[in-house]
Amino acid sequence: MSLVEVAGLVKTYERRHAPWGRPSRICAVDRVSFAIGAGETFGLVGESGSGKTTTVRCMLRLVEPTAGSFTFRGEPVFDLPAARLRALRRDMQMVFQDPGSSLNPRMTAGAIVEEGLVVHRQGSPAERRERVRDLFGLVGLDDGMMGRYPRELSGGQRQRIGIARALALKPALLVADEPVTALDVSIQAQVVNLLMDLQQRLGLTLLLVAHDLSLVRHLCTRVAVMYRGRIVETGRADAVFSAPAHRYTQALMSAMPGGAGGPSARLRYDAGSFDPGAELREVGPGHWAT
Amino acid sequence: MSEQGPPLLEVRGLTIEFVGARDGAGRAVRAADGVSFDIGRGEILALAGESGSGKSVTALSILRLVPPPGRIVSGTVRFEGRDLLALEERDLRRVRGARIGFVFQEPMTALNPAFTVGGQIAEALEVHGVARGAAARARAVEWLDAVRIPDPARRARDFPHQLSGGMRQRVLIAAAMACRPPLVIADEPTTALDATIQADILDLLLAMRQAYGLSLLLITHDLGIVARVADRAAVMYAGRIVEIGPAREVLASPGHPYTRGLLASRPGHVPGARLDAIPGTVPDPAMLPPGCAFAPRCRDRFAPCDAARPDAFSLSPGRAVRCFLHNGAAR
Repeated sequence: MSLVEVAGLVKTYERRHAPWGRPSRICAVDRVSFAIGAGETFGLVGESGSGKTTTVRCMLRLVEPTAGSFTFRGEPVFDLPAARLRALRRDMQMVFQDPGSSLNPRMTAGAIVEEGLVVHRQGSPAERRERVRDLFGLVGLDDGMMGRYPRELSGGQRQRIGIARALALKPALLVADEPVTALDVSIQAQVVNLLMDLQQRLGLTLLLVAHDLSLVRHLCTRVAVMYRGRIVETGRADAVFSAPAHRYTQALMSAMPGGAGGPSARLRYDAGSFDPGAELREVGPGHWAT
Repeated sequence: MSEQGPPLLEVRGLTIEFVGARDGAGRAVRAADGVSFDIGRGEILALAGESGSGKSVTALSILRLVPPPGRIVSGTVRFEGRDLLALEERDLRRVRGARIGFVFQEPMTALNPAFTVGGQIAEALEVHGVARGAAARARAVEWLDAVRIPDPARRARDFPHQLSGGMRQRVLIAAAMACRPPLVIADEPTTALDATIQADILDLLLAMRQAYGLSLLLITHDLGIVARVADRAAVMYAGRIVEIGPAREVLASPGHPYTRGLLASRPGHVPGARLDAIPGTVPDPAMLPPGCAFAPRCRDRFAPCDAARPDAFSLSPGRAVRCFLHNGAAR
């Protein structure tokens, strides 16, 4: 059984163009299904508005899903009572894109990392202190930084704090939403290495949300490509990236900066040809596309 | 590209300081320090660097738009035979927009939300006396068409918020191009955009160069973009150009350890392998070491690096690297 099983996930938003108008429904996530095995790194790829972030926010119930199910270690996350959900949340932690705005500016780095331990009543104050010290070491920060405030830290250091906070409760699943996008180029590689190290050392399952195909290709064993709320292609990363089957994936790959350039070499995806009703079919071993 | 005559733009020894700020040694803090480069006619030069490298402030200083407390303290910017840094403000206003167009990173803040996009392009034409009234509005529609905005006559009447990010960036390019300036400065024009839209905008800039013989100074942090569009590339670090040359050569055989490090740290060479990250962080301009600013992070560091700031050593015509590794005498 997989650690993570998402089936038929739907999230719709209603929008009124005018207060008297009839609301129109926008399907941000449309019948999304995927499974992630323990210890795997799974990548959710797509452009802005494709529904990748909404998908993971539904999974963690940061937004309420409209339909579908998410089974985590066999437990139906969407049906759990609040108390059980709280306990389960310890095992599913998130690293956010912008380490500047996702850290409380009034708390010290040490207090930010410790907060989850306090909320979940883990250990005595002395034990928690020790655990925070260990976590700082784990993410490569000097423990002298525990007393610093987020504004006194660089972007890379802040993201390490964000990762340490997520790891404090020893989660089984780490969801990282664009974890390096906001960082300087020369710092991105450091954080990517850190994520890979941590995954190996702690046996983490990693769900990576990213728009950068080269990053996903580097980190992930399996991927799903999203477009307008639908998964249009999924499979082993090597299969998907070496022989993309969906025209949108092909267009996305040909748009990669540094890829074979020039207007003539580029493939374009015609949004008019998108069929939201198309089902995934197996196009190769461990490789599906609509 | 510029076979004969002087280059279109010639920047020499451009130095920008933050007024009032002093580093540990009592020296003024410099956002840009002795920056020199040329742009030939029809040429695309990419100025690449991380945040704080001084690339944006360098671009702004060409039109003397450096926000305070930044101040240009020395250098020359020769453009069409005149030093823009010595020009009267009144004369400079005739250069801004008319002879040098500017495309900013954030199209939503660069466009006025209260006016239609067509009206904003027409305004640029009127201000610079290119066209007025109905003629200016018609020209605005032509430019929207030129940047491949579908149904341009209708779109001209849209307000910025009615357009997508990619469309807004096209409008900004149309506005920058409208007076047919020979030079356009584009500061991270695609950073906020999705990959496929980003590629469309880069293609558009290349097409504009093709159609109008445009020269482009492209500011970017993304070496992938440099590879895609630039003829020549300059890499900035801590306020200085550390490497400059033909883009192909700079990317294929980088001479500066920083450029090498940036290229090596990109993911994708071997999936799952540890990335060859550059250690440390980008230095604070107020706390630069006495020697080479990159030395503390450099794996090729040797004795001279800590003693003095390296000069730019020429490798071949048009190719220079600011690193003691290339100083024959020091080795």
